[in-house]
Amino acid sequence: MTTITGWRVTSGTTEGPVLKLSEPVSFWGGIGPDGRIIDVHHPQHGAEVTGRILVMRSGRGSSSGTYVLAELLRLGIAPAGIVLTEPDGIIATGALVAAELYDVHMPIVTVSEQDYALIEDGIAVAIAMDGDDAILTLD
Amino acid sequence: MLAGEQGPAAALSMRIITELGRIRGAERLVEVDSVHIDGCIFYGQAGLDFAQKLVELGGQVRVPTTVNVGSVDLIHPHLILQNTDYEKWVAQGGRDLMQAYVDLGCRQTWTCAPYQMDSRPGVGRHIAWAESNAIVFANSVLGARTDRYGDFIDIAAAITGRAPCGGLHLDAERYGDVILDCTGLSPETLAQDVTYPVLGYLAGAIAGTTNPVFVGLPADVSEDSLKAVGAAAASSGGVALFHVVGRTPEAPTLEAALGTNVDVPVHHITAQRLNAARQELSTAREDKLDAVSLGTPHASVDEIQEAYDAVIGGPPLAEGVAFYISTGRSVFAEAERRGLVAPLQDWGVTFVLDTCTYVTSILRPGTRTVMTNSGKWAHYAPGNMGVDVVLATLQECAESATTGRVTWNRDLFT
Repeated sequence: MTTITGWRVTSGTTEGPVLKLSEPVSFWGGIGPDGRIIDVHHPQHGAEVTGRILVMRSGRGSSSGTYVLAELLRLGIAPAGIVLTEPDGIIATGALVAAELYDVHMPIVTVSEQDYALIEDGIAVAIAMDGDDAILTLD
Repeated sequence: MLAGEQGPAAALSMRIITELGRIRGAERLVEVDSVHIDGCIFYGQAGLDFAQKLVELGGQVRVPTTVNVGSVDLIHPHLILQNTDYEKWVAQGGRDLMQAYVDLGCRQTWTCAPYQMDSRPGVGRHIAWAESNAIVFANSVLGARTDRYGDFIDIAAAITGRAPCGGLHLDAERYGDVILDCTGLSPETLAQDVTYPVLGYLAGAIAGTTNPVFVGLPADVSEDSLKAVGAAAASSGGVALFHVVGRTPEAPTLEAALGTNVDVPVHHITAQRLNAARQELSTAREDKLDAVSLGTPHASVDEIQEAYDAVIGGPPLAEGVAFYISTGRSVFAEAERRGLVAPLQDWGVTFVLDTCTYVTSILRPGTRTVMTNSGKWAHYAPGNMGVDVVLATLQECAESATTGRVTWNRDLFT
């Protein structure tokens, strides 16, 4: 078991299997109402994000992605958590608004490039917060 | 505000603003003079829930706030198709959402071109505008300062009157990052209207989310042309600020535009590159024309005048061709005062207000091939609506509309 310390973007506690993307996906136009990647140009087109720890280097695409993430959280089909290497205001806003509206708290964290490489597709990860630190436990 | 002394809606909004500021590393908040809202297009229940919650909590905007297009033409509601359950859901949700933003105290502008209205922010003023074309126009052409704001943050900034002081609010983020040298383009090319959306499309592809600097454009290039550059650059890339040396307020000289940035890469824009980019955007493979769509972003009075000059007095609109001009209420009223609207409507133009032909169901079922003079429309419409497009000059749009056949010069630029 490995422990990584990252940075808290949004608060929450979660665990789940990792879906690691080879390139970032835009929530707007990239993730469909069934919680799957619908962007036909994305290499992982068809993959399901629901309940997964979504790991991608950065955010991408239209600011209306806030809407899509908030809607996925409302419907209970959002990722369990999101791990990035740089903070993203669009994704964060979607989670902040869903927390205010629906009392669902999806953690978003950033990690260093070195730690990013440690998080492999398919492994189980647990995320908890300690102040502004995010503690990731890798199975 | 956070403590709730100014009401629960202000407290909720301030929680979101301060959290976003923390996430983006802003050291403080900045007071904003105005807000432009993009969250009024209906994409689902969550957006409606958020706006209605702010209304329930007694929220009111603290600064002058304009609203982008919604999903419904409130003045011509019959234009919005309601044939399917999905279309009905969007029409009702869209109407409820627009009402919620009115209840929050927004001016009923319903336009993506708030910069075409009477009061515009001045050089150096801080604002919080959402919607990519409005953001890039405000930063580049007006010299006002807004970061890239989007849905939810926009109304939170309006209710608090504040935004995180980061990104394009700061001098250091506003300098040019890449030079686009247009000095090799012919005077004829620089005088064509369609040159500017194509330049914007290329600029977005080259610059991504950085700040491009154009060199070699005419010093009197029109605001409408700059609008077309920005809208296209914000669609093909994520450009939120560009400079035109000798034209835009922060670029009296190349040195001023680049500021402290050194070793800036230079790209030479050639006629061949422009022709190739326009051909790439023009997906149509059929000769039969179904519709023309002008006014993305919303047409200015000058653009409506140009459309008038292009079609009135010439041949009639061909049978089976629809001809749309999208614009805002205030511009439409001015065009009516100038006597432009009735003759255009008699000729066959459908004016679309409050919304736009590519964000909601307006085009007739079966529409396959559309000509437009907008790089933004050409970029989004094939994906959004499954139509094919040709990005054309106004003259080409007008002539094709009278013959019903798509006619354009593929090698226009020299």
